[in-house]
Amino acid sequence: MVSLTNVIETHELTKRFGELVAVNRINLKIEEGEIFGLLGPNGAGKTTTLSMLATLLPPTEGSAEVNRFDVVRQSSQVRHSIGFVFQDPSSDDLLTGKENLYLHALMYGVEMKNIERKIAEVLKLVDLTDRQNERMKNYSGGMRRRLELARGLLHEPKILFLDEPTLGLDPQTRVHLWGYIKKLSKEKKVTVIITTHYMEEADELCDRVAIIDHGKIVAMDTPMNLKRNLGGDVVRIKVKKPNMAAVKKLKYVKHAKREGDSVILTVNDAGSHLQEILGKLGKIESVESRSPTLNDVFMHYTGSGIRDADAEGGYFERIIHSQANNR
Amino acid sequence: MSELSGLYALWYREFKVFLRERSRIVSSLVQPLMWLVIFGGGLSSSILLTGVPSGINYQSFIFPGIMCMTVLFGSLFFGLYIIMDKRVDFLKEVLVAPLGRTTIFFGKVLGGSTDGFIQVIILLILGTFLFNIHLTLYSLVITLIVVALLLISITSLGLTIGALMSSPEGFGLITSFVIFPLFFLSGALFPIKNLPSWLYVFVSINPVSYAVDALRTVILGVGSFGLAKDLAVLVVFALVMLFIGTEAFKRMKF
Repeated sequence: MVSLTNVIETHELTKRFGELVAVNRINLKIEEGEIFGLLGPNGAGKTTTLSMLATLLPPTEGSAEVNRFDVVRQSSQVRHSIGFVFQDPSSDDLLTGKENLYLHALMYGVEMKNIERKIAEVLKLVDLTDRQNERMKNYSGGMRRRLELARGLLHEPKILFLDEPTLGLDPQTRVHLWGYIKKLSKEKKVTVIITTHYMEEADELCDRVAIIDHGKIVAMDTPMNLKRNLGGDVVRIKVKKPNMAAVKKLKYVKHAKREGDSVILTVNDAGSHLQEILGKLGKIESVESRSPTLNDVFMHYTGSGIRDADAEGGYFERIIHSQANNR
Repeated sequence: MSELSGLYALWYREFKVFLRERSRIVSSLVQPLMWLVIFGGGLSSSILLTGVPSGINYQSFIFPGIMCMTVLFGSLFFGLYIIMDKRVDFLKEVLVAPLGRTTIFFGKVLGGSTDGFIQVIILLILGTFLFNIHLTLYSLVITLIVVALLLISITSLGLTIGALMSSPEGFGLITSFVIFPLFFLSGALFPIKNLPSWLYVFVSINPVSYAVDALRTVILGVGSFGLAKDLAVLVVFALVMLFIGTEAFKRMKF
């Protein structure tokens, strides 16, 4: 059953690489016009999921429909419906920005008579009109991203995939790029699927997010609801010998854990209960209380262990990384 | 329609990049010129070629072979660029486009062959001025056809290796096992008449020998296999390599 407004639907979508289950029975429904975020630690299966939706990898099990076309049986129609901005540079350094756009237009079968006009249009959208005839090796990281964003839009896709669009960019450029992404989602009415592990990025941009870990979706909602469902404020207390048992007994303390010499609590309405908590906990050195961020939500669902960064990305990345490491 | 413009796009990219990287053109000509000037020039005075008219010195004799060598080295290493494309995400950008793998492969073959064609033409021009090579319209046409067939075959071979390998080191290892036998066993540097029979067997199963022989036939008037057989072998070689390359591209992981 496909709803009319869903541009992406997956059913039990699964990808295995030998023993490793990279994506484990994912069910997604993404509506037209949404900016949807896929969040997860390194190696959680974000890029693999995106690659399957973009027909770059066949699913091991389950199915996915993009723009109501099946990713396996109707891969050509799917490719016509989507734009993809990759994590790593994907344009030719020796060509100018405009030439890279021209190549893309040709590959996507944009009609010859429309090519010039469309290139001018997308260049304007990302403010690169005056740099279009420069070779891309002279572009900064941010400019390159913007050009690749423009390129992804050139053939007027219904859905745009952005894989870690602001990875490695400075904070100014990042905020700038968010502006462009919002603008194009509004002006071009494209559905945007974005993977990221920058929480403030997801919070700022996304209408809805799914947090995936070990190939499974562990939470999916609007950033606002996710934060609300975490159940209250985050209180961090630096304390020598905390009386954890006493604090855990308190009804309004939803969650309590030790981290180094601090205790981190999730508390309903911290303002009116803080006094009592501090009294029970022991000798306090410092206290910090704030409303939850998406980062807290993320840490809550995925834990705080450090992930093996080597497993970032899909099969392709892993091959490359393993070879880079062999040197 | 979109497959055709896609084909053009892939060719356009390779060609533009080739023109922009002048160093590629220059470096591709240094090696053949060294062979011709130093190796050919050095041996010309002291070598006696059996079964070759006395007007043809060693330098002119190896000219067709050196043309084939230019194709061999240039086109096989063209496959390396696909590994470079894999290292960044450029290859994914191409693969995610609504183009068949066959189109992508043919676009690459076309692009690589064009590069090689330009190198060979420059070499031919140098040959007429420096190495006593004279071409008629007929021999020029046949020469270009032979070169085109060899370019298509060897570019396909390079791309096949590139599609199957994921590191430049691996590519280098495989190609060095391929390229030197193909070159040395092609008769590029020696007449193939009067060869020991074991060596002749290897030469005669090497498709590149037929390109060398065809070029030698039309440019110098010296041949062993016969032009019709040469061309037939080259056409079959090109078709087989195109088929293998297409299959390799269809199976290519990224």
